[in-house]
Amino acid sequence: MNFLARHRIILPVVSLAVLLAATFWMQPRAMSYFGLNLLFNLAVPIALATIAQMMIIMVNDIDLSLGAFVSLAACVTATFLNDAPVVGLLILLALILSYAALGAVIHALELPAIVVTLGMSFVWGGLALFILPSPGGASPDWLRTLMTVKPPFAPMAVVAAVIIAAVTHLLIIRSGIGTVLRGVGGNARSVARAGWSVIRLKALAYALAGLFGVLAGMALVGLTTSADANIALRYTLLSIAGVILGGGEFTGGKVSPTGAVIGALTLTLAASFLSFMRLSPDWQIGAQGAILILVLTARLIFRQKGAA
Amino acid sequence: MTISKMLLGAASLAMATGMAHAESHMADTSDMRIALSNNYAGNSWRQAMLQTWEETAEEAVAEGVVAAADAYTTSENQATEQAAQIQNLILQGYDAIVLNAASPTALNGAVKEACDAGVTVVSFDGIVTEPCAWRIAVDFAAMGREEVDYLASRLPEGGNLLEIRGLAGVFVDDEISKGIHQGVEEHDQFEIVGSVHGDWAQDVAQKAVAGILPSLPEIVGVVTQGGDGYGAAQAFEAAGRPTPLIVLGNRQDELQWWAEQRDANGYETLSLSIAPGVASLAFWVSQQILAGEEVPKDLTVPFLKITQDTLDEALETTPEGSVANVVYTLEDAKEVIAEAK
Repeated sequence: MNFLARHRIILPVVSLAVLLAATFWMQPRAMSYFGLNLLFNLAVPIALATIAQMMIIMVNDIDLSLGAFVSLAACVTATFLNDAPVVGLLILLALILSYAALGAVIHALELPAIVVTLGMSFVWGGLALFILPSPGGASPDWLRTLMTVKPPFAPMAVVAAVIIAAVTHLLIIRSGIGTVLRGVGGNARSVARAGWSVIRLKALAYALAGLFGVLAGMALVGLTTSADANIALRYTLLSIAGVILGGGEFTGGKVSPTGAVIGALTLTLAASFLSFMRLSPDWQIGAQGAILILVLTARLIFRQKGAA
Repeated sequence: MTISKMLLGAASLAMATGMAHAESHMADTSDMRIALSNNYAGNSWRQAMLQTWEETAEEAVAEGVVAAADAYTTSENQATEQAAQIQNLILQGYDAIVLNAASPTALNGAVKEACDAGVTVVSFDGIVTEPCAWRIAVDFAAMGREEVDYLASRLPEGGNLLEIRGLAGVFVDDEISKGIHQGVEEHDQFEIVGSVHGDWAQDVAQKAVAGILPSLPEIVGVVTQGGDGYGAAQAFEAAGRPTPLIVLGNRQDELQWWAEQRDANGYETLSLSIAPGVASLAFWVSQQILAGEEVPKDLTVPFLKITQDTLDEALETTPEGSVANVVYTLEDAKEVIAEAK
């Protein structure tokens, strides 16, 4: 194993650094406290959603309902959490619990997660429309203050990204339960033989995904100041791309929380970079895809070299 | 846009720039840059809108009114994408952002960031509720009322009406329909005997009208929302019923049909909708704000009305498959601002 294959985190870090350098070169104004915050503040909810998706991918499943779920969490935040905080908190808690139940059901009945979550995306979408039929609501003041806080030295977006990465790294990579959770993705049978209840572990992984999904919705409302039933639909695909870009893999419990956060930042930055380049919108999605393929190809090449 | 109109526009523009130099309290905007943030480009209306913006911007830059007026469209019609786009535009150092918003509320955070950074934000068509931004809104309810007023002037004895609505659940549909019902309350010789959703598309409208027609009594008039009049006419013809008075919505196929009917049997009606050229109005309003003009935060766009007298001209200047358009000038913008004061 060579150096790059052993330290999967190198490639995402280098991708982000290269893209950041190119952006600064094209738009020197971005190279400031204010500029960095504008570039990255909308990446904070995406990073949280990416962590949520990572929890699901960690146990070998995939979540196609995440975008709709984050939208629903945003709608609850902008309505109930603002008007009646206790009720709002209870609803958000219920959402997290329903995610845990979903994980248990998927495992117990051996259902394909891709189908169940696709179905659930319509349920979440319907509930969001039910709560907020037309765009509106308001962000709770404390949330708005939190998302627009101006810490010393580094802007909110950067501080938040570091905190998210550090907390999830401790939880998933360093802690005992995190190791067992990754084990479920690696080899569920040996985890079961070792005396763990896999159904509980899966429920826990899904509950963590629900928790980070709710946090993503709250962060989003803190930034936009109000919600819309379709506000985060793009997060489903962005979060999957972010996990993979950050060095995660679809199977085997091989995930990297730090990488996932960096992946989310890279995707956000790629969109801004293309807009600074004044690329026609018709080409932008394609170019975003090209950047993604470029990074993945680089990873594959390094891994093959490492194996040889 | 006809040649004469273009010349007129250019002339008024030259006059206006001359005036701007003459009036000392107006700031010079020749080194300022304006950006258009647009969330969607997938229909004829939006295409015409972008086209108008480009023409207006090119002219204004050539005249030295502003340094640049670039158009940006998000690759996907999503509020989060557009919020990121607005933040990028702030970073690019634009002095004003003209905005057709994906959501009236979900962009408020980004719009606030822009205002705090000293950027002028003018929203039009798809407006935003953030108080620091300007809004060029359309009084859709007034459009609905106007349709019924016109019917009342043509059919003083009244009768049964068929209402074709737009896309269910969209704010515009609610507003126009509300206006139509207010109009009917006012002119109580009319009664709406049927209502269908045409989704602002000719084929959907035709199917919906064909479905409800057999159950309806004699219809004297059809009130519409635009993009549905031609389909309704086809449905009446297919059912072998006399063509009622259908209010149209400025689409080229509707105008074409109207002209054919007029030549064949002297058919007379009214067509009204919002011109995609409202983008040029938003451009001039933002230029005026940058120049230091006191502009009220809420402005109203006039509709584009086509009558029997202007039909030929409108049909001539409207490309096939498009929407009748009008390009607003600085003079028009000043008039709209003066009216709102």
